[in-house]
Amino acid sequence: MNRQDTSDIVFRRILAVFPISILILVAGIFFQLAYSSLPSLKHFGLAFFYNTTWDPVAEHFGALPFIFGTCLTSLVALLLAVPIGIGAAIYLAEYAPPKVSKFISILVDLLAAIPSVIYGLWGIFVLVPYMRNYVQPFLGKYLGFLPFFQGPNYGVGFLAASIILAIIIIPFIISVSREVILAVPSVYKESAYALGTTRWEAIFDIVLSYGRAGILGAVVLALGRAIGETMAVTMIIGNNVVITPSLFSPGYTLASVLANEFAEADSNMYLSALIEIGLVLFLVSIVVNILARFLIWSVTKGPGQVIK
Amino acid sequence: MKKILALFVAMILGASMAFADSTLINGAGATFPYPIYSKWFDEYGKANPGVMFNYQSIGSGGGIKQITAKTVDFGASDGPMSMDQLTAAPGRIYHIPTVMGAVVVAYNLEGVSKGLKLSGDVLADIYLGKITQWNDPRITEQNAGVNLPSSSIVVVHRSDGSGTSFIFTDYLSAVSSDWKGRVGKGTSVNWPIGLGGKGNEGVAGMLKQTPGSIGYVELAYAKQNGLPYAFMKNQSGSYIEPTLASTSKAADGAVIPADFRVSIVNSPNPESYPIASFTWLLIYKQMDDHTKGAAIVNFIKWAVTDGQKYAEDLDYAPLPANVVQMIQQKLEQVKY
Repeated sequence: MNRQDTSDIVFRRILAVFPISILILVAGIFFQLAYSSLPSLKHFGLAFFYNTTWDPVAEHFGALPFIFGTCLTSLVALLLAVPIGIGAAIYLAEYAPPKVSKFISILVDLLAAIPSVIYGLWGIFVLVPYMRNYVQPFLGKYLGFLPFFQGPNYGVGFLAASIILAIIIIPFIISVSREVILAVPSVYKESAYALGTTRWEAIFDIVLSYGRAGILGAVVLALGRAIGETMAVTMIIGNNVVITPSLFSPGYTLASVLANEFAEADSNMYLSALIEIGLVLFLVSIVVNILARFLIWSVTKGPGQVIK
Repeated sequence: MKKILALFVAMILGASMAFADSTLINGAGATFPYPIYSKWFDEYGKANPGVMFNYQSIGSGGGIKQITAKTVDFGASDGPMSMDQLTAAPGRIYHIPTVMGAVVVAYNLEGVSKGLKLSGDVLADIYLGKITQWNDPRITEQNAGVNLPSSSIVVVHRSDGSGTSFIFTDYLSAVSSDWKGRVGKGTSVNWPIGLGGKGNEGVAGMLKQTPGSIGYVELAYAKQNGLPYAFMKNQSGSYIEPTLASTSKAADGAVIPADFRVSIVNSPNPESYPIASFTWLLIYKQMDDHTKGAAIVNFIKWAVTDGQKYAEDLDYAPLPANVVQMIQQKLEQVKY
């Protein structure tokens, strides 16, 4: 009895090392970023967050266009990816014959493993010409009264980058949502059928309701990926420091400016400002994650969870 | 398992023995000259088996940082170090030019092959967003007989910090006071307008796909990818095709100061192509390690003389004779 207690304690303590190491890692990243960006933090203060100029020659740095670009592309990507991802997950989990479901699930996992530079190259050579020749002229013609679809049509820009991001995150949403839907106990569905619901009602009211915390979790995971995605976005967003409602306009993201300018940053203030961009990216990710957690928390407290 | 382990140990021992009697010289910096440097390290290594080179093409900014921190034996940069950077270094740093490169203005205009004529002030105003149409009188008056469309000009620039952008903006600053005042020169600048492509390939990709676009890439890249490029008006008023010969001419006739930290854009030589630059190796005047110091100096002596013959095959412009002579004198002052 005594011996078992000791081994239990040892095991517990060893296991505790792992989560603590994650904490240390995150805190370490935060402090290193904050420390290295001190010169920029002191010099620009809060203005760094709302200034719209990024001029490495005059060493005048503001991050707002990058924050705007990161938030805009991630949001549009989510708007595109969530319906497709969850719809595909429902079909795979509830409707598709098992063989088809398994086959498509393998394909989805394969998609998730493609390096983003490949998506970027595909974006440059396939998506961008397609956007310029077909998609954007079409949107401009029929929805051009909206400020989102105005301005010169280059092909590259916020919209192309958002579409690439959506393609990159869809596999994450499908894969996790499918697992969540499959994990819903069949007892609930059968009970619903027994009460005379249609299949659609059972899925919408019972399955999605039961699994919504998990599905939202999938969306948060995808959002994190979209915020941090660098290479594919850099290749097709057009890298132009600007704030505009037009999705056709070339733009810039936090991750892109880091990827573009870090290697050649030669003065200390420039380097420090770039590291502060990294800090901002870190903070944006944390804020977005916290907001998403609140969303999940408020949803799981809602009336839909009564059946649990 | 034991066999594999033994093999592994043997490999490490063998490798370290191979290194034991040779000098390993570490360098880091510019990406633009990386192909010619690799070729040189390879050829020089064959002739001098005692010397091995390890060069990381991490970018000019990185090269300057690493040589300042003395984590490498030599640095490399496409732009000269600033006065502030030189004073921040723990010792006196010499700039040694190795080869020359040109930046060409490429475009995508249906029916117009290479040879569109442009002057520096027009190019600057295109990049400032003042000239927006291809049939602007300031462009057409230089190109009689060329059918220029009324479409708008799509301006493309590099999005990543690069020596290519430095040379290009250095040129625009030299020919346009407006550009100099509003934007200036640097590896990254605050571009007034345009699309940013990542790397030469990103710019070339956008140029190839966007009708009516204009951009800038390295000469070698434009030649290898068949991009049509402009003939630029030089200081004496002639329109010059960018070639290796016209690039070399840019340093011939320009005033080269003793520290080689010189911009040779907009050269006074009437046969020169105006958007040209040296690329430099950065070494300390006082080397810490005698063996390494001797090896580096001997290598550079070889590279600026015998090594120059490899330049043209790789689309770099060789150094003119007067510059080579100046470098040889400079190297005499390096102590190790």
